[in-house]
Amino acid sequence: MNKRTKIELAIVAVIAVILIFVLPALNASGAVSNFTINVWGKYLCYAILAISVDLLWGYTGLLSLGQALFFALGGYMMGMHLMRMIGDLGQYKKPIPDFLVFLGWEQLPSFWVPFSSFAFSMLMVIVLPAIVATAFGYLAFRSRIKGVYFSILTQALTYGAALMFFRNDMLLGGNNGFTDFKFLLGADVRDAGTQRGLFIASAIVLIAVYGFCRWLTTTKFGLVQRAVRDSETRVLFSGYAAANYKLFVFVVCSVIAGIAGALYVPQVGIINPSEMQPDKSLEIIVWVAVGGRGTLLGPVIGAVAINALKSWATRAYPDLWLIILGGLFILVVLFMPKGIVGLPAQIRGFFAKRKSTETPAAAQPSPTAP
Amino acid sequence: MSQKPFIISAEGVNKSFDGFQAIRDLNFYMDVGELRTVIGPNGAGKTTFLDLITGRTKPDEGKIEFLNTHDVTKMSEYEIYRLGIGRKFQTPTVYTDHSVFENLVLSLEGSRGVFRSLFARLNSTERDRLDEILKTINLGSHRDRKAGALAHGQKQWLEIGMLLAQNARLLLVDEPAAGMTDEETAKTGDLLLSLVGEKHSIIVIEHDMTFVRQISQGRKVTVLHQGHILCEGPVDEVQNDERVLEVYLGRKARAA
Repeated sequence: MNKRTKIELAIVAVIAVILIFVLPALNASGAVSNFTINVWGKYLCYAILAISVDLLWGYTGLLSLGQALFFALGGYMMGMHLMRMIGDLGQYKKPIPDFLVFLGWEQLPSFWVPFSSFAFSMLMVIVLPAIVATAFGYLAFRSRIKGVYFSILTQALTYGAALMFFRNDMLLGGNNGFTDFKFLLGADVRDAGTQRGLFIASAIVLIAVYGFCRWLTTTKFGLVQRAVRDSETRVLFSGYAAANYKLFVFVVCSVIAGIAGALYVPQVGIINPSEMQPDKSLEIIVWVAVGGRGTLLGPVIGAVAINALKSWATRAYPDLWLIILGGLFILVVLFMPKGIVGLPAQIRGFFAKRKSTETPAAAQPSPTAP
Repeated sequence: MSQKPFIISAEGVNKSFDGFQAIRDLNFYMDVGELRTVIGPNGAGKTTFLDLITGRTKPDEGKIEFLNTHDVTKMSEYEIYRLGIGRKFQTPTVYTDHSVFENLVLSLEGSRGVFRSLFARLNSTERDRLDEILKTINLGSHRDRKAGALAHGQKQWLEIGMLLAQNARLLLVDEPAAGMTDEETAKTGDLLLSLVGEKHSIIVIEHDMTFVRQISQGRKVTVLHQGHILCEGPVDEVQNDERVLEVYLGRKARAA
């Protein structure tokens, strides 16, 4: 283990303690508002999502512009369970979700039935994104679809899914999606204690996902993964079925995104097809680029920083937000190729260069052993 | 049949790109344990021939068999690699963002499965072997440097090291001497000569005639011309062949 990884692990440990113990304790004692906990819980879910994109884009070279789809699918699975937990407390006082009553249903459609079970719903949070990712990834990677074509296809996939979910006859709430959640595991979802619990759960998942991905990069799998990113042809000529490696990463990342979505939905209290719109996936790319791709920690910082900025900017300058976001992306791509995480090294490099131009003697390369 | 199988045999192979006939009716046989040098003017189809063996391109016609049993024209690149056919490319192709040592780890013979790779750990034998290879290819002191930071010649050596790590039965070596000093070239030749035997058969593609003389040492040399084998034989015989003088060496001699 080198010095840099030690520093990073120390930073992560401090963040973990703050998120899992300090902030919830401060919230319980009233020092941190419920609103703050709720907003930060949302940021943590975004951070998990950002890590999944980084593992795809930064480490494997797969620029997926459809990652929000898996996030939304996980969210929908959680949402279906939450809808069942409303029971007969809806507007129509019927034992089935309101929108189904509105569509003229008397009884629960059969595919809704198992979602009364929490365990089944949680299983589906993992299984559904994994199935979709396996089917899509298998076809795309077998056909050796690469680079920008892969990106466009993922974008089309999420757009197609959004159009599908907008339809009422999907029986998934159409464009309104699911909302008005009441209970989760017997607790009132809107209760401060429940929200604190969800915040802690999000923090634990974030740290666990970070740890898993960090471990993955240290294995031989991680070596192959980065080799695929840098020179896929060579990987084939080293005997690796690159398609299998890409499929594995793609499925793992879709599951991570699905879990993030499932944690997100009870905290924001709504899920609808707009979460699958293409621009949602593009936003994640900006978080990762701004934070620093291929670093795992950078995307977390990027996701939190940009969403904090968004919370402020959409209130202060609502019309300018998209321009700010776009401008930020361009600035980062042009002047900070390594993102926020790479900034210290970049500044050091800048000063070192200036120093060496001021004193040309220092710029002479020092003699090295042959 | 009691006859020894060919390490690689090509029969009736044709390949054209957009009407350009790169390989024409090629028949090529090579014994196990042979070191074969393939020479020929630019565009003779030398690299295309290696592409066909390694699955990078598929022939329009004909078959290419490994040890008389595996038709490689029906296999993908990584399956062919797993048969034990390794390749060093004309322009050095190493993983530039990985360290020198990691490049070798990626090439080390053994499982190539996704799930195995998650828990794969180098054992001490493997580690020793890789360190041995590092010494052989003279990159011991560059073990943890990024491969992209190496000099051109060193990258060539690293790629040869990757073939050694793979422990390939058939090594395809495309212009190993390019970009090397005379001394390095001679050393490369010695290395290839030390490898060749029952365990390793080698095809070398080369332009540098000094190098060809060094490694062929009376072994068979194949001259390719316009995608077809022009003649085969020891280097002296080949160099005095009239047809060869006409299309290749002759032209070169006249120019010089």
